[in-house]
Amino acid sequence: MTKVPVEFTLNTREQNEFVETGSTLLSALRDRLGLYGTKAGCHQGTCGACTVIIDGEPHLSCLTLAERCQGKDVTTLEGLAPAGALHPLQQAFMDGFAAQCGFCTPGMILAAKCLLDRNPDPTRDEVVDAISGNICRCTGYEPIIAAILTAAQGMRKPARKRA
Amino acid sequence: MSVTLSAAKQARLVPAVQAKGGRIIAGGTLIVADLNYGADSVALITLDRLGFDKIAVKGGKVTLGAMVTMAAVARDRRLKFLHPVANSIGGPAVRAMATIGGNLFAPAPYGDMTAALLTLDAEITLHDGKATRKLPIETFLAQRRKLQKHCVVSISFAAPSAGTFHYVKVVRRKPVSASVVTIAAVIPQKAGKIKDARIALGAMAANAIRARKAEAALEGRKLGNDIIATAAKLIAAEASPADDAYATAWYRREIAPVHFVRLLAA
Amino acid sequence: MEYRKDYFTGTQTQDLTEVGVTRQRSDVLGHVTGKTQYYADRQFAGLLHLKMVRSPHHHARIKSIDVAKALKVPGVVRILTAKDVPQNIYTILCLIQVEPNDEPVLAFDKVRFKGEQIVAVLAESEAAARDAAAKVKIVYEVLPAVFDVEEALKPGAPLVNEYHGRNYFTYEGHHCRRVRYGDVERAFAKADHVVEEMYQSSPIEHAPTETTGCIVVPDQNDRYTCYSNTQALYFTLDNTALILNSPFQKLRLVGGTVGGGFGGKVDVITEPIAFLAAMLTKRPVKYEYSREEEMQVSSPRAAERIYIKDGLMKDGRITARKVTLYVDAGAYSRHSPYGTTKAAAHMPGPYTIPNVWVDCHCVYTNRTPSSAMRGFGVTIGDFALEVQMDKLARLIGMDPMEFRILNAYRDGDMKAHQKQVEGAALVECVQAAADLARWPLCDRSKTASSLKREV
Repeated sequence: MTKVPVEFTLNTREQNEFVETGSTLLSALRDRLGLYGTKAGCHQGTCGACTVIIDGEPHLSCLTLAERCQGKDVTTLEGLAPAGALHPLQQAFMDGFAAQCGFCTPGMILAAKCLLDRNPDPTRDEVVDAISGNICRCTGYEPIIAAILTAAQGMRKPARKRA
Repeated sequence: MSVTLSAAKQARLVPAVQAKGGRIIAGGTLIVADLNYGADSVALITLDRLGFDKIAVKGGKVTLGAMVTMAAVARDRRLKFLHPVANSIGGPAVRAMATIGGNLFAPAPYGDMTAALLTLDAEITLHDGKATRKLPIETFLAQRRKLQKHCVVSISFAAPSAGTFHYVKVVRRKPVSASVVTIAAVIPQKAGKIKDARIALGAMAANAIRARKAEAALEGRKLGNDIIATAAKLIAAEASPADDAYATAWYRREIAPVHFVRLLAA
Repeated sequence: MEYRKDYFTGTQTQDLTEVGVTRQRSDVLGHVTGKTQYYADRQFAGLLHLKMVRSPHHHARIKSIDVAKALKVPGVVRILTAKDVPQNIYTILCLIQVEPNDEPVLAFDKVRFKGEQIVAVLAESEAAARDAAAKVKIVYEVLPAVFDVEEALKPGAPLVNEYHGRNYFTYEGHHCRRVRYGDVERAFAKADHVVEEMYQSSPIEHAPTETTGCIVVPDQNDRYTCYSNTQALYFTLDNTALILNSPFQKLRLVGGTVGGGFGGKVDVITEPIAFLAAMLTKRPVKYEYSREEEMQVSSPRAAERIYIKDGLMKDGRITARKVTLYVDAGAYSRHSPYGTTKAAAHMPGPYTIPNVWVDCHCVYTNRTPSSAMRGFGVTIGDFALEVQMDKLARLIGMDPMEFRILNAYRDGDMKAHQKQVEGAALVECVQAAADLARWPLCDRSKTASSLKREV
């Protein structure tokens, strides 16, 4: 196995790593960096459990070669809020019973964050589309959709109240 | 298994690497899934540094670089007619990764964008190591395996007149999943008669195909329920769908006419 | 959600203060911060990866196994076959006296379903284990296979599982689980209508987002810790001890955090072989299903075929119900003998019927062994029963809700299993459902009660 150096930003910090050529970002995060908040469900891009944010867009870390992250900005669930604090999405998922077994939750929250960063006032259909690549098998999508809409509402400034 | 990755510095250098067994990795949504399940050793080559991620729209002619992502298409206001197509491909994460160029090589049941491009009579620009060539998309698809050894640069087509482009992707899990059947159609009309109808099907053969018998049934006729029903009977005449995890070949043949009618009657 | 407390006042205490109230899960902070530790969220130095060589055939005799080439793959540490397993034949429910043992940990003489595990390869990396697994050479003699429950019960059908000697599970000397109550044949003869229908289902995969797996780590003092996503920690502990001839106190299981189970993670498949591998190599071992393995070899909900024959009077009373039900256990018992018993116990549904005859067969075929899944043994039966109820109601032109209220159990009725009904609530459930759906009910149905049968 050949190793190559990769420099990228991980949860706002500079990260320099040697990764095996052909290995995935998912493997780098979990097996090298011990960031287990990113989950492995299918290794083929169908379940969405491994979703991370790269340069502001959701990406499947199981289908992203680690060395292609050179110079990129990567955010995982661990980087969503400072230690001890919670992002409004995390709070809404907790309050609304939107995480039962919890395995799809990291991917769901990150997919939702990408939506809200781009569109702070999404419709229900836009929320459904945002998590359409993330499979949930036990919580059920309804509480998840409700939690994302609740978080969005809370994050919008009072001045931008919805008509 | 050993995998190496390098970034191509010029398109003309890519085919030489491919001749030695190298493979282009675009968005990686198909290749990396293979690697994860134990593919053989391979030299991967990216087109990341070639500036193939540009979208150009000039005088009604659209040129999409091979590395343009589905997300980029879905965000481009000049390409509104293609938004339903781009947004039907995976969830947002797949769309942020999957490319127009990669979609040309996607095996069934994938390749929905290619079905749409087929109805637009798109032209593929590729580099064979010596020179750039232009191929009609249908010719390209017929030689797809061989052309994997060349480097796709861009895809160009004339934007369809307003209201003439139709698209539906039938899936088991809403809003998105792999295709059961995908139907794209351009139905232009002149003096109240259909002229140069083009219909393409995805997931109904190894790659996207034209439904020429259904097209012929529409040609020169006035668009109406009777003629749509007649064309619908022929929609799968040239298809050879497969059984897979999403649907059986039988089911695909059964529902293709139903969705064709709904698409055009709507 | 609404919690209606106005039923059965005076007969039951109304102290369910948590029902209908949203409470945070105790583990939810870990879920939303990514700190919840699933079995695979750990690193161990020297971890070995286990990959299985699986049967490509539905039914075949194993003529020879050659691992020489696989052993030469760089990174391969050890290869396990049936010879390495101390007690190679087991069945999960032997712990509650459901026997005989009928399943090998690693197949040796025969494979009985496609995907059955035969040889375990242990290597330094997943890729090496996968490469080596592909190099294990197994010679098979392919045998005729049977995939249909009724075909499997015909004389001359291929024998799937020799440990049973026939293609069905034997219940206390009987070929199926039976319920006998009254005389159905006499009731059919007197009925205004006799309706016989067949219902069937396909296997259903749980498809948990986290695939089945475990990591076993050697501790000090010859003890071993298994981090598992099993839904059945103690079944796993006890079965593993029996399979490995190991004192129970040598084995420690850590679990309870499961990325989706639905009954699909109760079969004790990955742990015994991972424990054995860790014992023989003295190194941590991870055995994790790929998504493909999860879909192909993990137990689904059983396919069922159900024949229901009913005697029906014009006034809506069901006077007889005869049910012949087949559970497709696949190649091995796992939880299906129990599921079939549940199916028998569930018939004839929540209805008071004076004549009942039930035969529930647990049948072996060359399909993937089926097992537990949310209400197994009951769910498919309910589908069949309730579709049948709609058909009966339609036949005599009766409203389907009224028809159910008329036939529903009342407290004090005698069930086909010779137990008196208590705590019935179906009448009230149908009334509430009708109310919410704005479905008109006649006065007789509106005033009906589970507490007594109206005259």
